[in-house]
Amino acid sequence: MYEGQVALVTGASRGIGAAIALALAKQGAKVVGTATTESGAAQITTALEAHGGLGLALDVNDAAQVESVLKQIAEKFGDVSILVNNAGITRDTLLMRMKDADWDAVIATNLTSVFRMSQAVLRPMMKARFGRIINISSVVGHMGNPGQANYAAAKAGMAGFTRSLAAEVGSRGITVNCIAPGFIDTDMTRELPENVKEELIKRVPLARFGDVEDIAAAVTFFASPSAAYITGETLHVNGGMYMA
Amino acid sequence: MSDIEQRVKKIVSEQLGANEADVKHESSFVDDLGADSLDTVELVMALEEEFDCEIPDEEAEKITTVQQAIDYVNANLK
Repeated sequence: MYEGQVALVTGASRGIGAAIALALAKQGAKVVGTATTESGAAQITTALEAHGGLGLALDVNDAAQVESVLKQIAEKFGDVSILVNNAGITRDTLLMRMKDADWDAVIATNLTSVFRMSQAVLRPMMKARFGRIINISSVVGHMGNPGQANYAAAKAGMAGFTRSLAAEVGSRGITVNCIAPGFIDTDMTRELPENVKEELIKRVPLARFGDVEDIAAAVTFFASPSAAYITGETLHVNGGMYMA
Repeated sequence: MSDIEQRVKKIVSEQLGANEADVKHESSFVDDLGADSLDTVELVMALEEEFDCEIPDEEAEKITTVQQAIDYVNANLK
């Protein structure tokens, strides 16, 4: 479905990002996944090389690295036509105890990086009169969650960014959307204590955590021609735990 | 017509989808050639690429007609 397209997925060494990268690659896109470490990048290469994809090391907070990675991609595959901003971190703690560093790190990696990456791919997308920017936010950005004021603020900020950019570049055939996962079975949620998980599942009408493939499917939809008339939107993929 | 004039007019007509005949020196990008704000940003980007330069935002804002673009290029390049 995505032959001739070049996709860039940040934070693709594991979890949701890995599933997104693989799904796009399996459907024919040339996929570059990024991770913060060389070992993470190597892992991505292993996962994607059968489909002609590649892993690269990238700190999304480093503008020079962003530029160099995009240059490498352009030389090897061509300009990025699908950007998936997936890289994210948590520094959970109650606000009373939250350090400036906890706040700053989460805003930088989860929100500022979306600005930086999107801006970096925009010029070729505008020229091509085509582009898909897909931001992975979170149900927490809409519901709020104790201990995650920083994370929720970054994810809610992403939704506002998405709507504004969608309005700016819609006339150039570029769509910008968010996908807001609920509780998905990943390393990030595996860290939660068992009793917390049980409580969480009680709040999910579909009575389970989501799979990474549930999110990847939403991404491939937004990237596809079928979603050409959807922009500025947030798609909630959360088993019904929050109905917007 | 100088080489620079020709190149500027060509870029303007390509970027704004206007006939080259309609791109006159006094043409305003917005008022005469129908550019919106994003078009003008793209136009500046295209000029930067063509003439291999970086036009600062405060300068770019002042370039609103074909002649101003030609003048800018003439004054700032080579």
